Amino acid sequence: MAVNDNRAEGLPCSTACHVRARIVTVEEENYRTRTFTTDLHWPHARPGQFAMVWLPGVNERPLSLLSHTPVRFTVAAVGPFTRALHHLQPGDALWVRGPYGRGFPITGRYMVMVAGGYGVAPLHFLAQEARQTGCHITVIVGARTRRDVLFVERFTALGVPLLITTDDGSYGRRGTVADALADVIRGSHPVDAVYACGPAPMLEAVNRLCKAARVPAYLSWEGIMRCGMGICGTCARGAWLVCRDGPVAYPEDDSSTSINAGGIASASHTSRLPR
Amino acid sequence: MNTPDLQVTFCGKLFRNPLVLASGILGTQPELLARVAVAGAGAVTTKSLSPHPRAGHPNPSVLKWGPGFINAVGLQNPGVEAGVRLLEETRRLLEAQAPEVHLIASIFAETVEGFARVAERLTAARPDFIEVNVSCPNVAHELGRPFAADPEDAAAVTRAVKNATDLPVIVKLSPNVTDIAVVAQAVEAAGADAIAAINTVAGMVIDVRARRPVLANEEGGLSGPAIKPIAVHAIYEIYRKVSVPILGIGGVTCGEDAIELMMAGATLVGVGSAAYWHGPEMMGILAGQMRAFLRAEGIARVCEVIGAAHRTEEAW
Repeated sequence: MAVNDNRAEGLPCSTACHVRARIVTVEEENYRTRTFTTDLHWPHARPGQFAMVWLPGVNERPLSLLSHTPVRFTVAAVGPFTRALHHLQPGDALWVRGPYGRGFPITGRYMVMVAGGYGVAPLHFLAQEARQTGCHITVIVGARTRRDVLFVERFTALGVPLLITTDDGSYGRRGTVADALADVIRGSHPVDAVYACGPAPMLEAVNRLCKAARVPAYLSWEGIMRCGMGICGTCARGAWLVCRDGPVAYPEDDSSTSINAGGIASASHTSRLPR
Repeated sequence: MNTPDLQVTFCGKLFRNPLVLASGILGTQPELLARVAVAGAGAVTTKSLSPHPRAGHPNPSVLKWGPGFINAVGLQNPGVEAGVRLLEETRRLLEAQAPEVHLIASIFAETVEGFARVAERLTAARPDFIEVNVSCPNVAHELGRPFAADPEDAAAVTRAVKNATDLPVIVKLSPNVTDIAVVAQAVEAAGADAIAAINTVAGMVIDVRARRPVLANEEGGLSGPAIKPIAVHAIYEIYRKVSVPILGIGGVTCGEDAIELMMAGATLVGVGSAAYWHGPEMMGILAGQMRAFLRAEGIARVCEVIGAAHRTEEAW
């Protein structure tokens, strides 16, 4: 590629806010969910971190990373932005900035990962990284019903034990991921750490269980974001900045700033962004 | 030498240090304002509150760009009634956790009467100051030229707010004018108790690969290190022309930057974009850096540096 600015000579150069990436492949995960592989490499990105993804003329939204080399995203088409993203084909462009936020730490010998709905992506990234450290992993994947269950093949391919739950019992065990987690925690193997990503009520249930059982929980929360880098305060839940302090809440977080300590309940001034 | 004294007096009120959380940064939640206060601020400012809730502009709305940031949040806020609760809850937390930290309510409205109404309503929540935001640069599509673009308009808003509240009133000015000192003189004559300068600098960033402005609102306001010399110059000019105190704002990311704005004439120094580098606990870090500078330079009290850059002949 031709050198078209001053960068090579260490001189001042044009500075964009985003990096343009190209879609390399698009894979169907279920009836409304696709995985997009880009040509972008972020070897320093960690599981649990996110990118701000801009579709010019549409919107810019935070998306969890499924992997760093290459950068991949798994996205359910649930709103105008994600539906627009689903129109992208290999060769199309999207604009990305990041990675942002504090991801999951890899800690302990026996890790349990709990994913609700499309919370599977950052936990698959984590499982992939953690497996290389030789720790033991159990994954629990839950959804409302059979057709919403994601990543069964991807987790199976990693060779980690997988428990599936659905609210209506149409696939795997009937019940919630929290029910399955309670059994795993009560099981013969002492659990060193629990990692979870999914809807807020699920995270609250996981947190209650882990607190009662004195198992450290690392919970990845969602936020409505503008800057993604800790300056605007839009995503704040109480004193806790989802984008910068999180999105992963750690058990040892100071109680005054931690979402684990009930910051979510006081998030009374948050409002939705315009579409 | 003893620990340098960072205390300053502004509009008759004692501040433990000159550092103020600038409006629009981390000012969305009582707990977050309290977190910034506890970490060492002299005062904290809410996001600008308007007569009715505002959703603000769509994303992209806040971006890192080169040596700074560009934003067009579009004055997103929950409106004046939720604003009263925000102020009351913040006040309650500050009294419990950082009672010496002052609370500034930033206000915004579409009309002169709207400014007066918001000021009157928020006065009931007893913030320590009302900051009048007549200078947001990124709502022109919707609202036209900001009041701060014209000395008479800025003065009219100032008079209306002064009549609506017994609290000290700070008027925040725009750098996007030919002569900011003329506007400062007009709002001083209209009764402003203090002047805040500067708001963000109007700007635009175009992504050359997308071939369009990156902000959904297209134009926005620049902040961060990119605008510090503009802020220093504006404060210097205002200080020469008015006698009310100045809350200087613009591109402060370290203690020496804060000292620089004070030497230009600021009594208080707003800090905003620095949260990107230092996090919500930035104020304690900057206060420590200010003390280190004063100690190294043999200056006992920070108030000695206010306007110091104007006295070059004496120094010689």
